[in-house]
Amino acid sequence: MIFDRRSDLPLKDDATSRFLPWLVAPMVFLSAVALAGVFILNTLINRWDRDVSGTLTIEIAAAPGEAGESAERTRRYVETALALLKGTPGIAEARALTQEQLVALLAPWLGNSDLLKELPLPALIDVTLKADTPVDLDALSRKLAQTVPGASLDDHRIWLARLIGLSRSIEWLAVGIVLLIGGATSATVFYATRTGMAVHREVIEVLHLIGAPDGYIGRQFADRAFTLALRGGIIGLALNVPILAAIGIGTNRLQGGFLAELTLPWIGWAAVLLLPLAAATVAMLTARLAVHQTLARLL
Amino acid sequence: MRREAADRANVVQFDGVGVRYGPGPEILQDISFALQAASFHFLTGPSGAGKSSLMRLMYLAQRPTRGRIVLFGCDVAQAKRYELPALRRRVGVVFQDFRLLDHLSALDNVALPLRVAGASEEEIQKYVPDLLNWVGLAEHIHSKPPTLSGGQKQRVAIARAVIGRPDLLLADEPTGNVDDHIAMRLMYLLDELNKLGTTVIVATHNEHLVSRLHHPRLRLENGRLRAG
Repeated sequence: MIFDRRSDLPLKDDATSRFLPWLVAPMVFLSAVALAGVFILNTLINRWDRDVSGTLTIEIAAAPGEAGESAERTRRYVETALALLKGTPGIAEARALTQEQLVALLAPWLGNSDLLKELPLPALIDVTLKADTPVDLDALSRKLAQTVPGASLDDHRIWLARLIGLSRSIEWLAVGIVLLIGGATSATVFYATRTGMAVHREVIEVLHLIGAPDGYIGRQFADRAFTLALRGGIIGLALNVPILAAIGIGTNRLQGGFLAELTLPWIGWAAVLLLPLAAATVAMLTARLAVHQTLARLL
Repeated sequence: MRREAADRANVVQFDGVGVRYGPGPEILQDISFALQAASFHFLTGPSGAGKSSLMRLMYLAQRPTRGRIVLFGCDVAQAKRYELPALRRRVGVVFQDFRLLDHLSALDNVALPLRVAGASEEEIQKYVPDLLNWVGLAEHIHSKPPTLSGGQKQRVAIARAVIGRPDLLLADEPTGNVDDHIAMRLMYLLDELNKLGTTVIVATHNEHLVSRLHHPRLRLENGRLRAG
């Protein structure tokens, strides 16, 4: 095992590397937050994309008049709109929402009161577009407005595209933060290793002169860096897991359609849980690189 | 096989080697000599004559400013850097200032060349205590260098240099801190090793030792090699 491999260098008593876990811990903590953000956003984007892309909503305002007459006229408008939609190339399906479905949509805000059923609710038509046939949405919108009084086309693709664009930007920013943190950790380990080598210069020289290859000396620094970084990574992760779990529990309680998936998917949990190991591996490779680079100056 | 190959060639060969530190004069000038396998030489000369610099060249701690060094048939200047550790493992060195690792026990210090060469713990436990016993340090096997006397440290350093049965043994003043009795005992150890095929070079000021052992000498004066 890497943890109990013997070392010829007195690295365990080395003051220069003692701070490493306390530096890696916040690094892993911040990386875990950023990485979790990436996975949560990615899940949200995929869900929005899946749910909304390729769909339209036609809203037809309730026709004026007495309740019965209004409902009848609105129903006729809906049928006209459906006929128009079905005759438009690129429309895969057009389906009017029932009264019960409309009430269910409003229930989270207005409750399940019978009053809802008496209100002049607008009609909604859920339209699915064909993926391979483009639809001229402006022309369709104009035609609907001319043919069906009170009809309007809600093209949420533009809204969604902007939202997805913003989310993707945040996602890349988070990836950048993770890389930046990784780079900062690497640089710290690199200079800590160089300092350690300066402190143990005489021991290293003896090992070198009795025929130790660079890899033999490098392994001892790399093992130490791995152990310390893993220790720091576990501390950082231990601080992070309750926060991520709390976010998951908190958003689940909201039960809102938009935030329901603000929980970390299993692959995100796996990535976050592997962060200490990743940090330790980065530290190990960096330490090895620092040793090889420094020893390359010797004969 | 390796030892047979070493037998066929010179173990060490210097051709017109010179060493200069910075812009100053050459510390070593036009050094040329060849040492056959299983030979034993003393390297003598006054302080500042360049003995330690010559030893450093032989244990590959530095490059010459000019000239050619061939070790075990390998031109050091032509060798790839990754090939040098294997050459160094064929050379045992007793440093003048011992260079023991203070945080390791006598046993671990002596075991270093074996560990570096990839020996198992069983081999280490089998050979190292025996050798420490032979050099009279059986009771100090677990002692760390700071608790040992100068003579004891020197014996640990010698044990570390010979434990790997090197093809070439370089000893810089190996008997400087021990009494005559121990000095002769240590020299007999080097002699025994020499009889087994190791080429030995001992840099020393001890004329008494040189005269008793009747080995040829390389004499350095003002950075030049004189006939012994």
